[in-house]
Amino acid sequence: MRRRAMLVGAVALAAVVVAGCGERPQTSTDGKGSDKLRIGIVAKSLGNGFFDAVHKGADEAAATLDAEIIFTGPTTPTAEGQIETLNALIAQRVDAIAISANDPDAVVPTLQRAMQRGIKVVSYDSAVAKAGRAVHLAPSSDELIGQTVAQLASELAPGGKGKVAVVSATPTSTNQNSWLAQMKQALPQYPGLQFVSVVYGDDVADKSYRETVALVKQHPDLSVIISLSSVGIVAAAKAIEDQGLTGKVTVTGLGLPSELVGYVRKGVVPKFAIWNPIDLGYATTQVAARLARGETPDNGQPISLERLGSVRFDAEGIGAMAKPFIYDQSNVEQFAAIF
Amino acid sequence: MMQTSAARRDLALAAIVVLLFVSVTAAFPKFARPGNLAEILDDSAILILLALGQMLVILTRVIDLSIAANLALSGMLVALLNKNYPGLGIGPVLLIAVVSGTLLGAINGLLVWRLKLPPIVVTLGTMSVYRGLIYLLSGGTWVNDNQMSPQFLGFIRYELLGLTLLSWLAIIGVAVFAVSMRYTVLGRNLYTAGGNPSAATYTGIDPGRMQCIAYTICGAIAGLCGYLWVARFAVAYTDIALGFELQVIAACLIGGVAIAGGIGTVAGVVLGCLFIGIIRNALPLIGISPFWQMGINGLVIVVAAVLSARRREQKRAILETQAA
Repeated sequence: MRRRAMLVGAVALAAVVVAGCGERPQTSTDGKGSDKLRIGIVAKSLGNGFFDAVHKGADEAAATLDAEIIFTGPTTPTAEGQIETLNALIAQRVDAIAISANDPDAVVPTLQRAMQRGIKVVSYDSAVAKAGRAVHLAPSSDELIGQTVAQLASELAPGGKGKVAVVSATPTSTNQNSWLAQMKQALPQYPGLQFVSVVYGDDVADKSYRETVALVKQHPDLSVIISLSSVGIVAAAKAIEDQGLTGKVTVTGLGLPSELVGYVRKGVVPKFAIWNPIDLGYATTQVAARLARGETPDNGQPISLERLGSVRFDAEGIGAMAKPFIYDQSNVEQFAAIF
Repeated sequence: MMQTSAARRDLALAAIVVLLFVSVTAAFPKFARPGNLAEILDDSAILILLALGQMLVILTRVIDLSIAANLALSGMLVALLNKNYPGLGIGPVLLIAVVSGTLLGAINGLLVWRLKLPPIVVTLGTMSVYRGLIYLLSGGTWVNDNQMSPQFLGFIRYELLGLTLLSWLAIIGVAVFAVSMRYTVLGRNLYTAGGNPSAATYTGIDPGRMQCIAYTICGAIAGLCGYLWVARFAVAYTDIALGFELQVIAACLIGGVAIAGGIGTVAGVVLGCLFIGIIRNALPLIGISPFWQMGINGLVIVVAAVLSARRREQKRAILETQAA
């Protein structure tokens, strides 16, 4: 047994020597199966429940794909921090990198360097500009998210009629702005809803709280507040509860079941939507591993996501996993235990 | 001379705060309602407490950049304590928050005092270390409102004479500081150590020791505020109060605390906090763009800096004319 291991080692060494300097053995082409794929999954920041769930799904997919997951990210959600993280992954010579970008452009040069070294780059959740990645796996399409939240607002407004406002994250956030644009496009389907304003909580609890309080003062007849950020929706819900407006103003949007379960029980957030981040981690890992093994996403060729079906990428290299799932009193407890 | 110029400055700032308040009320009449004023005080309470702590530190010619990280770490500690032992009641929570904050503050103080390290370097380092510890402590998970006991959340919202307990804590803090900065030996020593360290040394006051004491008190306040913050927003995660140290320092600077040490009043700091409190509550009401909000905050800090620089030059000019 040991002798065989040594033999494999010697052959591998010889292969490296034969391949010559600066040329490393291509894991995607030799197909021996003995070498585990190593996939770096980069979060926007560590300590965020959403990305912990992504990690969980990635590990699940890795087990069936014979891959190893290196889950990493900066401690604060900055592009600078992600660049450091990426450099570390490049130095470790991983086979693929999947990233949810804090800034679509700032990470491009670093990712291009990774691609030059044969690392397959996939972005997920929050996209990287086209030049910096092979494909982008969106958890859902912006269009589907926009439609889902507009539908939620209409269901929550009494009789489908009322004023709607949004508590966003930062004014420059890529995904926030495109979801918002799609939501505004979907709103005319619900003529009872009147969109009044967007405020920015910058993804920090105190500012989101303050902006929500200002919203209900500015618009005393507001009926629904939508927040599409996990910090924002929690802060908005707390503000509505503290203002004694539970039941009068409802909060909805995108958030995590474990973070909102208390507010669902109290009726502050009667229902909300989110895709399953575990599924997103699973699907991202599937795509990253299949690209690293040589599959190509071009010409609308579908990439299998195993238990989630498959995904097709368009000319821009963008593919959508699924439509967001709606959580309410009936199922939130069950999912709160998961993520 | 110094006392009167500080008093004049506080009066000028008070006039600006009143002017700001009146102009906001003109644009949005409901702003002046008693309920809304109580909310602004409630919203500014944590900032006021932290700024008082930071004032002590800046007075002794140092700075504490780790104040928000200390808050977040102590806050996470008590949030986890409450999550795992919800029956403990509020007493142990308050005690542990203060003790944890005190220890974290004392680490800064000892490094600056005993090892003579530059304060910016020390607190920049501990800022990251404390944030990192939160991640280790919590494993990156959030503590949410449904995991906090009603007592833990309700304590600071308990109302007394129309104001929340959180507001009363800030009022008590201001009263204690106003008295002790003026009438206690420690208060005077802190001013002396920062105003003229060599003179302080000759009179038997160790400026390094004063800095260490200032850091420790500031830490204790930050620890207490950790609980207050977590209970107020009903959520604890690694990034709570991220970057808040800059707002705290800004409140001190607007309030007339000289970054070079030795100068600053409790009244000024409170006014500085109220100024920020009014701005950040009023601008969203009037519907001013978030970019302008940042710009206005920055502008005010620069103006405050220009004012204190001018004052220093006047002081120097007096010394020079006396010498001549």
